[in-house]
Amino acid sequence: MTKSINRFYTYYFLLPAGIIYFVFFLFPTIMSFFFSMTWWTLTDWKFIGLENFITFFTEPSLNIGFKNTIIYAVVTSGLKVIFGFLLGVFLCSRLKTKSFIRSMVFFPTLLSTIAVGIAFTVMMHPTQGLINKTLQVLGMVGPDWLGDTRIALLSVALVDVWKGVGIATVIFIAGIMSIPEEYYEALMMDGGNAFHKFWYIILPLSRPAMNSVIILSFIGGLRSFDLIWAMTKGGPGFSTDLIASIIYKQYQAGFYGLSTAGNVILFIVVSALALPLYVYLNRKEVDV
Amino acid sequence: MPMKKEMSQLAEETKRAVWNGKKVKQLIIEVIAVLLTIVVFGIPFYFVIINAVKNTQESSLLNMSWPSSFHLLENVRTVLTANDGMVVRAFINSTLLTVFSIIILVLVSSMAGFVLQRKINKLSSFFNFLVITGLIIPPAVVPTIWVLNSLGLFKTLPGIVLVEVALGFPFAALLYKSFMATIPREIDEAALIDGCGSFRLFFHIIFPLLKPVTSTIVILSAVGIYNDFVNPLYFYPGAENVTLQLTLYNFMSMYKTDWNLLFTNILLISLPPLILFIFFSKKIIAGMTAGSIK
Repeated sequence: MTKSINRFYTYYFLLPAGIIYFVFFLFPTIMSFFFSMTWWTLTDWKFIGLENFITFFTEPSLNIGFKNTIIYAVVTSGLKVIFGFLLGVFLCSRLKTKSFIRSMVFFPTLLSTIAVGIAFTVMMHPTQGLINKTLQVLGMVGPDWLGDTRIALLSVALVDVWKGVGIATVIFIAGIMSIPEEYYEALMMDGGNAFHKFWYIILPLSRPAMNSVIILSFIGGLRSFDLIWAMTKGGPGFSTDLIASIIYKQYQAGFYGLSTAGNVILFIVVSALALPLYVYLNRKEVDV
Repeated sequence: MPMKKEMSQLAEETKRAVWNGKKVKQLIIEVIAVLLTIVVFGIPFYFVIINAVKNTQESSLLNMSWPSSFHLLENVRTVLTANDGMVVRAFINSTLLTVFSIIILVLVSSMAGFVLQRKINKLSSFFNFLVITGLIIPPAVVPTIWVLNSLGLFKTLPGIVLVEVALGFPFAALLYKSFMATIPREIDEAALIDGCGSFRLFFHIIFPLLKPVTSTIVILSAVGIYNDFVNPLYFYPGAENVTLQLTLYNFMSMYKTDWNLLFTNILLISLPPLILFIFFSKKIIAGMTAGSIK
């Protein structure tokens, strides 16, 4: 039966999705490897080998994006894991207000990144901004959040965490909720306290949730573009440029080959970092 | 006897005291948690809303003080009519983009998810690999423009819709695929014995059963595509084609001095997600976690 029924699951069903997916995603991705090695005007191209890549890595205004992208991804995913986990544990306890807190934490994930970016840009203004004015009342001098080249990238990363921590939190909540009650009962019988519960049960058993959050937010961080673009446009100077914002800048400037080389570099960075991370995390999961 | 009674009374009292202590402690923790949430998450919302109802002069101070008079309706009118009704046009564009993308996405992804889960042969793992790559790899920007341009779809609604479908397909197909696993194969067998063809089997029997996951995908894609800034920026440029997220971006320079209008615009744009959140927050949270936890 199963063998004859297999015929009815026809590949024609894959065709509409397959064509759209191939033409508008897979094919451009494949072609990007070729066009990254050309001088390109969309209608005309000239093969120039690895010149675009050499430009990308030797030009300081371009290779800074490489470093920034990795910093941004590590900082945002790290903070989302930490805050998301703590919030998740906190919101799984018997609080009366937990649904209020969860809604407040989660709602920003549904908002437009551009809207959030603009609102925080205003609040982070060095003299007029709400944050520094509040600090002033408390007798502190706030930094120039987005104007200081040393901290601008971190400021944007913090806003990213503000907006995205809700997803991490609900993933952790789902993970913690799926821990069987028997573990807690066994711990109670052995006389364990709240700390033991956290350290020996919740922490190790929410590992799958943690892996998901790490992978999702790390890949998201590597690819992110809109928040940086809404808040700093890569500035001051090039201090907050990410690979994704450089791709856009080079595209706007008409350097299509160079822009595509940026795309290929992002492709390589994402697969070279995310894939081993995925394999590593999943191997550890088996050990536990 | 009386001794014993006193003892038990004492124990009772101690118990109550400990219990009360616990209660007080919990109350303090809860108050602190709520206050922190309000400071970190509530104040930014309040800041945007309160400045959206002020007049230009008061909003230019960019503070949180209560407005001396309310101008929300006036601000909404100004935003909607500015630039020959750019925001209204953008609202129409965003709605068309979101609706068409979701219809096609649901249709093609459910069909694909059905076959990807049911048909098992040598090609399956290759197809699965191709789908998963789409979740990880960033789309190649200029080559996609080149493809759209060659097909005459660059700067057109069908073009951007197809791009959104292609980029949303992996997530939707994987959700459909995992949900398909919960629908027993016996249903297919029974339907085929009764003489259903594969098309009838899918559209009359399987697709209605997929309704829970379809609604999840519709809501999540609605939020995602509506809020999308990057793809319209690249693949749907032009003043006529502006989408809501791009109006915000355009207004940022235009309204540099009129913060109240910029915040009113932000408020208007945030209304649809807010409405979705009020009605479907459970569904949204379930969908977002379903994709990540196996």
